[in-house]
Amino acid sequence: MVRIGLDIGSTTVKCVVLDKDNNILFNTYERHYSQITGKISELLKTVRTKIPKGETALVSMSGSAGMGVAEACGIDFIQEVYATRAAANTFLPDTDVVIELGGEDAKILFLSGGMEVRMNGSCAGGTGAFIDQMATLLNVPIEELDGLAEKHEKTYTIASRCGVFAKTDIQPLLNQGARKEDVAASIFMAVVNQTISGLAQGREIKGNVVYLGGPLTFIPQLRKDFDKVLGTKGICPENSLYYVSIGAALCAEKTVDFDAVCQRIEKYRGTGNFAFNKPLFKDEQELEIFRKRHSLAKVEKGALEGYKGNAFVGIDAGSTTVKGVVTDDKGTLLYSEYMSNSGNPVPIVRQFLENIYKKCPGIKIKGSAVTGYGEEIIKNAFGVDFGVVETVAHMTAAKKFMPDVEFIIDIGGQDIKCFKIRNGVIDNIFLNEACSSGCGSFLQTFANALGYSAEEFSKMGLLAKHPVDLGSRCTVFMNSSVKQAQKDGATIEDISAGLCLSVVKNALYKVIRVSNPRELGKKIVVQGGTFLNDAVLRAFEQEMGVDVIRPEISGLMGAYGAALYAKSKCTEDYTSGLSGMEELNNFRHEIKTVNCGGCSNNCRLTVNTFNDGKKFIAGNRCEKPVTKKSPDNSFNIYQYKLELLKGYEPKVGAKRGKIGIPIGLNMYELLPFWHTFLTKLDFEVVVSPFSNRKLYLHGQQTIPSDTVCFPAKLMHGHIQWLLDNGIKQIFYPCMSYNFDEHLGDNHYNCPVVAYYPEVIHANVKEIQDVKFFHEFVGIHRPKDFPKKIHAELIKYFGDISLKEIKDAAKAAYEERDEYLRRVREYGEDIIKRARENGKSIIVLAGRPYHVDPEINHGIDKLITSFDVALVSEDVVSDREVKKVKTSVLNQWTYHSRMYAAAEYVSHYDDMELVQLVSFGCGVDAITTDEVRAILERHGRIYTQIKIDEITNLGAVKIRLRSLLAATEKNK
Amino acid sequence: MAKLVYDETGRLLFTKEMRKENYTILIPMMAKIHFEIMKNVFVHYGYNAVLLDTEGPEIAQVGLKYVHNDTCYPALLVIGQLIHALQSGKYDVNKTALLITQTGGGCRASNYIHLLRKALVKAGLENVPVISLNMSGLEKNSGFKLTLPMIRRIAAGLVYGDMLMALHNQVMPYEINKGESQGCVDKWVKKLTEILAAGHGFTKKEMSENLDSIAHDFSKIKQNKVPKVKVGIVGEIYVKYSALGNNDLEQFLHSQDCEVNLPGIMGFAMFKVDNRLEDIKLYGGSKAKYLVVKRLFDYLEGLESAIIESQKKYGFRPVGTYAHTKSLVKGMVGYGSKMGEGWLLTGEMLELIESGFENIVCTQPFGCLPNHINGKGMIRPIKMLDERANIVAIDYDPGAPKVNQENRIKLMLAIAKERLAKNEPNSKAV
Repeated sequence: MVRIGLDIGSTTVKCVVLDKDNNILFNTYERHYSQITGKISELLKTVRTKIPKGETALVSMSGSAGMGVAEACGIDFIQEVYATRAAANTFLPDTDVVIELGGEDAKILFLSGGMEVRMNGSCAGGTGAFIDQMATLLNVPIEELDGLAEKHEKTYTIASRCGVFAKTDIQPLLNQGARKEDVAASIFMAVVNQTISGLAQGREIKGNVVYLGGPLTFIPQLRKDFDKVLGTKGICPENSLYYVSIGAALCAEKTVDFDAVCQRIEKYRGTGNFAFNKPLFKDEQELEIFRKRHSLAKVEKGALEGYKGNAFVGIDAGSTTVKGVVTDDKGTLLYSEYMSNSGNPVPIVRQFLENIYKKCPGIKIKGSAVTGYGEEIIKNAFGVDFGVVETVAHMTAAKKFMPDVEFIIDIGGQDIKCFKIRNGVIDNIFLNEACSSGCGSFLQTFANALGYSAEEFSKMGLLAKHPVDLGSRCTVFMNSSVKQAQKDGATIEDISAGLCLSVVKNALYKVIRVSNPRELGKKIVVQGGTFLNDAVLRAFEQEMGVDVIRPEISGLMGAYGAALYAKSKCTEDYTSGLSGMEELNNFRHEIKTVNCGGCSNNCRLTVNTFNDGKKFIAGNRCEKPVTKKSPDNSFNIYQYKLELLKGYEPKVGAKRGKIGIPIGLNMYELLPFWHTFLTKLDFEVVVSPFSNRKLYLHGQQTIPSDTVCFPAKLMHGHIQWLLDNGIKQIFYPCMSYNFDEHLGDNHYNCPVVAYYPEVIHANVKEIQDVKFFHEFVGIHRPKDFPKKIHAELIKYFGDISLKEIKDAAKAAYEERDEYLRRVREYGEDIIKRARENGKSIIVLAGRPYHVDPEINHGIDKLITSFDVALVSEDVVSDREVKKVKTSVLNQWTYHSRMYAAAEYVSHYDDMELVQLVSFGCGVDAITTDEVRAILERHGRIYTQIKIDEITNLGAVKIRLRSLLAATEKNK
Repeated sequence: MAKLVYDETGRLLFTKEMRKENYTILIPMMAKIHFEIMKNVFVHYGYNAVLLDTEGPEIAQVGLKYVHNDTCYPALLVIGQLIHALQSGKYDVNKTALLITQTGGGCRASNYIHLLRKALVKAGLENVPVISLNMSGLEKNSGFKLTLPMIRRIAAGLVYGDMLMALHNQVMPYEINKGESQGCVDKWVKKLTEILAAGHGFTKKEMSENLDSIAHDFSKIKQNKVPKVKVGIVGEIYVKYSALGNNDLEQFLHSQDCEVNLPGIMGFAMFKVDNRLEDIKLYGGSKAKYLVVKRLFDYLEGLESAIIESQKKYGFRPVGTYAHTKSLVKGMVGYGSKMGEGWLLTGEMLELIESGFENIVCTQPFGCLPNHINGKGMIRPIKMLDERANIVAIDYDPGAPKVNQENRIKLMLAIAKERLAKNEPNSKAV
């Protein structure tokens, strides 16, 4: 008797045949390129020849992609984690923990001491697919990633929660010149951290650890990183790729008729039911008309060779490509290049410039401008005259094709930029911050995964009969949806068209969030490399119901706009500083990474040194490493608040001993209250330090929900800090209600702020060893408060008299008012001084905990570095005494302030509101729309910045610079 | 089309004239049995109420189109279902109103009605009035009044709904003649509608009689009690009950040969009332208000005991009492944790485990705020308390594919089946 186990994974199929003593007779591991059914029947036919004559064969199937197929063809299905466990129990019975990474999944199995299984939820961060994506981004084959990582000198912090986030972290690193070796090592570290924080969820990984699955088998460096972080030496057993299939074989108990199964599999076309949209084009003829219409959007062209007049150079150093153009002084396109950015734009631009000089020796370059992610480094490397924010570059180019353009949408490799134009200025910007699923790289990833080039793949969809309806969702989810559609019988053509539709839907409904084309205006210009794809363009027109203009140079618009911008900036007597042929010949570029050490942020700086000794520093959050001076914080209320909070120090030697307060979430505002209250009660109040990366990592093992907002996750680090510092009493009460500031209909906290102490209590093991006060308290009822909290406090801390508590409460309420008064007073002072100095004022509206430097990533300092003054929402929220009329329930204290601040800002031309939103904040889905509505009601610009564990300050800069460019023009 | 009348805040009202013109009132679906009875109560009182039983992926797509995509999945579905119906052409949009429940509370769910109105404007349907169904006297409409007799009938509907759901779930997996318990449910929904319409069935005495008859009917269904995997479902209220929200989870579990247990809606109703008492206990407040609310709570508790008595009388497993469930969470979560399903969600998991349903699917919309605390946040201490607990947390959202959800549930079931095989050697389970 033999047992056969099949493992149908997301990217590969594995198969083993075991004899009766569990020896492997045959095994195979192959990629299936989504041709699942064909692959299975092919495999079964091969396997059949391996079975000794006369033997019975038991078969079962496992793997994430095997579920529907198994049922349909009458093979038993074994859940894959369960299969892994069966195999480990048989072959490695001493195993305590199994860590298995697959194509799209990550699992941890705890086998000893209470069996438990953890699988990644709805997120595929930290899996094989993620590593694949990253290798593509670095432009190295996945096999080389390992060798690169081995040679690393340092690691950067990269979010691996989602491939999308990681990309936005890695791209700027590459653009700033970080070494590939270091980036590769950082990618592996990110995977390790993601697996541990996302899956271990408070349970310690110790004992005999076993590594399974593709990535851990093929990448020794990744295993080493796990070893290092776990402080253990795990093993990667023989056949580590086959554990799921071995387990499936072990669980097999049904014989099957091979012929019948093969027949059924070949016939299996899934249910044949998948949701689909109408075809992109009825027929060839319709497609032809469409192509003709779009061929009209042309730009004048000339020859570079022999050109004698003034020339202008525009460069767009984008995230995945670099574009360069040369124009004459009328905007005629003389020369262009569209180059792939293999991680470092510097040599590519150098080549581009050399090409210009070679084609047209002695060319008179009058001016040059650069835009895009690599703007800063290119500007410094080659002496480019002007830097221009991407939005402005694109608008400048679009106006050349449609002077009265109302809306521009640019879909590039991994970013979507779109904006409305009103009165000639950029009005409303939408950028994709949390999601790149509406972008070109999304299509490319899929095309490659299915074994096609992006171009080939997208063409296949043009005449598809039933484009699959995949909805609008992130790449990872989409992977599973695509697989499902394939199982249900969708063709490659249908999927191609469906993905193009998804790109458009993501852009429209997730990024811009329109429901009606009327909102975008009638005059629309589309651009960016992704729109060169006819299927995407058609899908866009179809979805919007309007005809749009796609300039012939759609992929070059950023660079073309930059050239036009340079032209507009150059006066008669301007002399360009752009590197000439000689300078290019002598060009040298060295990259070094150092730690700044200028302040507690301890930024990792990338120092680029060019041939003339000129340096360009990247990775800094403030100007200190560049100017060597401390940043000026006199116009920065966030820094002022931090200073105030630092002033709440412990009263050493207090009789009731040390008590810890974790400074996170609402504590950022309530510290004055609770610190005073507890100090008055004669406690020595120890406050955890402001967050940093290290503090976060120390607490990440106990986070139970990987989708909760980052500020909540940070709380675990603060609690851990208190525990590590020997604090035996910790004070962190639950609060359904906040203070009633009479700005809304109620005064709730959000559920996470309100009840996070419960999560800490339930999930931080060591908290059981200390007195952890996490009772429900109601500071919103000052009269009842002392009596109520008295009853709770004495349960924890013994004898405290009600009189003491009443006095302490009185002092606490006063201190809270005093704190707010000081903040507001200082805020008013900033506003006054700003007006005296003619500075613009930005109201950075968020929640109290957004002042935490690890949460805001230094956005406050970034803003003040643009020479504007910064105040927070609470400075202006009490000035608009009336309750703001909202079309949603205005019932959270922090939200009411934002609405009030938005209303206030609307009345002052020198003020702009920027809203900070934490990724995953459920209630901000409501506030963002409402704050936008309030501002737009008054004809003002709404700007939102989404922040997470890691934030790409590049995108933040684009927003802020565009906002400032618009307000500048409005003045 | 009736004249459009707005109140001083600009809210479009549902007027008497609209009622007279027999406007269709669309109700979004949640728990099938309960809502069917509730709808029939409205119909009996002369409202042209229609309970939407539409399904399919288009509903979520419509939701995505008109609601902020980061809002919770239930909001997308409820609003999607209503607008989808309005756009279907089946109803005259000039003679249709929408009805939606409105709860207060610190969860963003309290904003559904506002998000619905925003969505209607976006969809160009701003002339469709929205009626708020609530017990707090919010948003009055001249054409729709929730009278005391109606409230009592709706409450009775909840009681009967819970009873039918519980017995159906207990009997159906074991019935010998397939379809018999569903037939019993259908029969009783019809019969109860008639009883309520005839002005009966909502006093406690009559309720007890009817509950007895229901239990008696179900007890006559022939069963073959082979050991089966027992699975409890808890979670955010909409995705817990709504097949549209949870990709028909109940059906899936049945197809995997499980006995399913969904704790009833009564518990949630009592929880919401009890919260007002707890608020006063925790933070202080008026004694008089406390006493009024306490009376309401006692009334509900009386109804709950009526269900339990009938279940016991006919040999069914009685549902866990609210008071007992509440006692179980003591020391694990505070009673102040009231937003969304609050501590009740944790309590239901504990109660299920205690009554033999240690396999649990904890359902939640992706990123559901209260469930970070009381769902996912409490799984660890529950397992520490009782290692039998075999809980899988499943996120639902428009992009979460059914296969991934089912795959995770299958892992939970594989472990459950293994244990069942160990404990019940005679069972068929693998």
